[in-house]
Amino acid sequence: MTNGRPEERQFVRFTRLNRTLHACMIVSFMSLALTGLTLKFSYTAWAATLSRLLGGYETAGYIHRAAAVMMFATFLAHLKDLFRLKKEYGSWRGLIFGPNTMLPTRKDVTEFAATMKWFVGLGPRPHYGRWTYWEKFDYFAVFWGIAIIGSTGLTLWFPVFFTRFLPGWAINVATIIHSDEALLATGFIFTVHFFNTHLRPEKFPMDTSIFTGRMPLAELKRDKPLEYETLVHSGKLEASMAEAHPPIVLRTIRTFAWTALALGFCIVIWIIYAMLFAYQ
Amino acid sequence: MRLALISAFLFTFSLPLAALPAAPQEEKDAVCLACHGEKSLTATRKGKSVSVYVDAKKFAASAHGSLTCTSCHADLEGKDLPHEAPLKKVDCGLCHDAQQQQHAKSLHGKAIARGDPLAPSCVNCHGNHDIVSVKDPRSAVAPLKVPFVCAQCHREGTPVQLNRNIHQGNIIENFSESIHGEGLLRKGLIVAPNCASCHTAHSILRHTDPASSISRRNIAATCTKCHAQIEAVHRKVIRGELWEKQEHVLPACVDCHQPHKVRKVYYTQGMADADCLRCHANEHLKASKDGRTLAVHAAELAGSRHAKVACSQCHSQVNASRVRPCETITQKVDCAACHAEIGQQYQRSTHGQLLAKNDANAPTCEECHGTHAVLGKQNSQSLTFATNVPTLCARCHREGQKAAVRYTGRQHEIIEHYTESIHGKGLLKSGLTVTATCTSCHTAHSALPRTDPLSSVNEKNVPATCGACHHGIQEQFEQSIHSRKVSTTDKELPVCKDCHSAHSIRRADQDGFKLEIMDKCGRCHQEIARTYFDTYHGKVSRLGYTKTAKCYDCHGAHDILKVSDPRSHLSRDNVVKTCQQCHPDATRRFAGYLTHATHHDPEKYPFLFWTFWGMTALLLGTFVIGGLHTLLWLPRALQMRRELREAEAAEAAELAAAAKPEPPKPPAADN
Repeated sequence: MTNGRPEERQFVRFTRLNRTLHACMIVSFMSLALTGLTLKFSYTAWAATLSRLLGGYETAGYIHRAAAVMMFATFLAHLKDLFRLKKEYGSWRGLIFGPNTMLPTRKDVTEFAATMKWFVGLGPRPHYGRWTYWEKFDYFAVFWGIAIIGSTGLTLWFPVFFTRFLPGWAINVATIIHSDEALLATGFIFTVHFFNTHLRPEKFPMDTSIFTGRMPLAELKRDKPLEYETLVHSGKLEASMAEAHPPIVLRTIRTFAWTALALGFCIVIWIIYAMLFAYQ
Repeated sequence: MRLALISAFLFTFSLPLAALPAAPQEEKDAVCLACHGEKSLTATRKGKSVSVYVDAKKFAASAHGSLTCTSCHADLEGKDLPHEAPLKKVDCGLCHDAQQQQHAKSLHGKAIARGDPLAPSCVNCHGNHDIVSVKDPRSAVAPLKVPFVCAQCHREGTPVQLNRNIHQGNIIENFSESIHGEGLLRKGLIVAPNCASCHTAHSILRHTDPASSISRRNIAATCTKCHAQIEAVHRKVIRGELWEKQEHVLPACVDCHQPHKVRKVYYTQGMADADCLRCHANEHLKASKDGRTLAVHAAELAGSRHAKVACSQCHSQVNASRVRPCETITQKVDCAACHAEIGQQYQRSTHGQLLAKNDANAPTCEECHGTHAVLGKQNSQSLTFATNVPTLCARCHREGQKAAVRYTGRQHEIIEHYTESIHGKGLLKSGLTVTATCTSCHTAHSALPRTDPLSSVNEKNVPATCGACHHGIQEQFEQSIHSRKVSTTDKELPVCKDCHSAHSIRRADQDGFKLEIMDKCGRCHQEIARTYFDTYHGKVSRLGYTKTAKCYDCHGAHDILKVSDPRSHLSRDNVVKTCQQCHPDATRRFAGYLTHATHHDPEKYPFLFWTFWGMTALLLGTFVIGGLHTLLWLPRALQMRRELREAEAAEAAELAAAAKPEPPKPPAADN
């Protein structure tokens, strides 16, 4: 386990709000994926069974829309949180162009190149900072997804309204975009994202820092050496340390995380089955 | 028949020349005879050359000798000569009005009206140009000649006897040997009855027709025309009691003196039911041949539909002059003697055809209707009462039974399916006797396989068969594109059973039917059904829910029309209203949603096609990049894990070494 020794103080990587939003994201995303994919893969026998388990297509529809509202709310809560961060960083400029920015920078390009070298054994592991380029990619993927899937989803939710100014076939186009983009999102999250952040062998079986918010200092040193050094230099490290959670909290978190992970894998298997063996 | 045809032609072609109205009769006819007096004059009818010669002498001597040609061939009046052929048939009714009317109502007249090629008209019996008075011995219908005239059609082996519904056999032979025939033909007694004496000349009717001279009601009157007072004689014989008390058990003349076989026999006793029951009331009476019981329960008979029918009416071969009148019986009872129409239907049906082939499995009348206890189909105790019909048919048509095992079609377990169907439930569970039972669709007596064009369940006839009850639906259907009356195509058109099935018909408002309809429509409309399943409506339906639009919600169920037809539910004027059934606020633009869209057709749906491939490219690109990144990372990550484990192990060893000098420290602190 990489949670470190319980009595040790740990580095706090994510705020309480970050963690809550991520959990909300998981709940809404899973609900959307399950209910949506039953419709997308309605030609598989599992879809009909799942649809019944979810209480029928109408109930599944309510779940889908409720989860969509939840995801929108999560997204808006994050946008609002950016205003708090702005204050913390002093200005938008400080937030957006500071060293901890989520925006891609030149450093990300050089880091990407260095990573490639590392992958093929031509160099050492780069000294990653607070946000690596793949984490930034994941972050903006959510923006992209919310925009694309959200807008088309609203079109499908209120087709009568949208056809006041869109042609009827726009609903068909929206269906394709909504469904394929959702396939991309679920496929990507349940494979690449799972690997990048949870299943990397050195963190196996799971990196729970997004749920606990904490990571052992040793892991920070190893994983994000640049961030560690910056914190040490600025003397802010001690302020970023906190007590570990009690075991009951950790157990709860692990149960939740494992459930989500298992569900995700099931969905991936279902998608692969539906795409490869039952595609119509 | 050839004789009849030729005479008809003669008649038709006889007088071709128009006569001048002012000219005297001889002169006018002379014009006709100028051509028709030639013995070699012929005309071609239906590819055959026939003589149109008219013997002027014979005509002059005939009963019509005082008339002109155009009196009968009225359509030649004022025509140019030589005239066009053929002429209209001569209408004898112009003068012989009463006879014409009688004839029209008779079996012969009705057969002509039906277009029966075997039906006799006036000329077949009376001839044409040589007609003389019936009192003249030369007349074709003089008493002595009548049996020969009738024999043209009614002697054994003629098409009429073979193909028409006539139950008396050997009529002419029997007649000539009968006391009547002997008197007429051998002794030349022209007062002896000939055929027309009993059957009448022009009002010939079936004996089952109450108006017939030979019906049970009238036969006594007919016989007593000659045998006056014969009733009084009979009344003496039966002590004048039964005539009043038990009219129905009393025989009519023909029960004892069989028609055409009337013999010079003095019948000591009549053929009342009591005579039969003297033996047959015995419970233990058995046939000597095969030991089957011959007991007849008088009470059963009395309660039956045939309560008023005498034994000898069905068992018509009895001979009252024998001590055992039944010993002359050689054949089974022929129900068609009374139920002629039904008999004919039965003969044409599969059941009847099997019987004709002497098939052991063939069901006879008896099989379904029973024998002495036969009941009407309105009687709930009857085997043929609506609710009993499925059980009755099941005797042979249940899986494994004699009819089912020889059946090679696709319908199986029909009885079980029917019982579970809406019709079966209506009939058997709800007891609705108006619900369709086997015979409602297959008919009772004309049951034929689906492939037979005359079958009530032939594709062509199915709408009418179902329409017998579902009339409103039939009306709608027959206006629809699926009806043969609207569409002419080589492709198969669906009828009721293709969507509703034959025996397992379900309520159309229940889920099972609703969900299967897409596959039913999809059997023919494959492409359109497939693309339907690519859209929201189809996907929800496929999940097993019925609330979204299915084929018939938009296209209509029975009134399906081409979308281009203004009456179609999907025509430009109606489509918005159709969408509004489920989407109350739908607009015209909303109705532009493609309900059968596919993203596989770049010609028809370029927007969908390119959106799909754009999205697919995006997906593939992202997964390839993300996947490669992950795969490349994997070996490094594994290496890191190894190093980490080694470092941890080294640290643990260090700690252990450091811990040795200080034994009190608990090892649990390590973890």
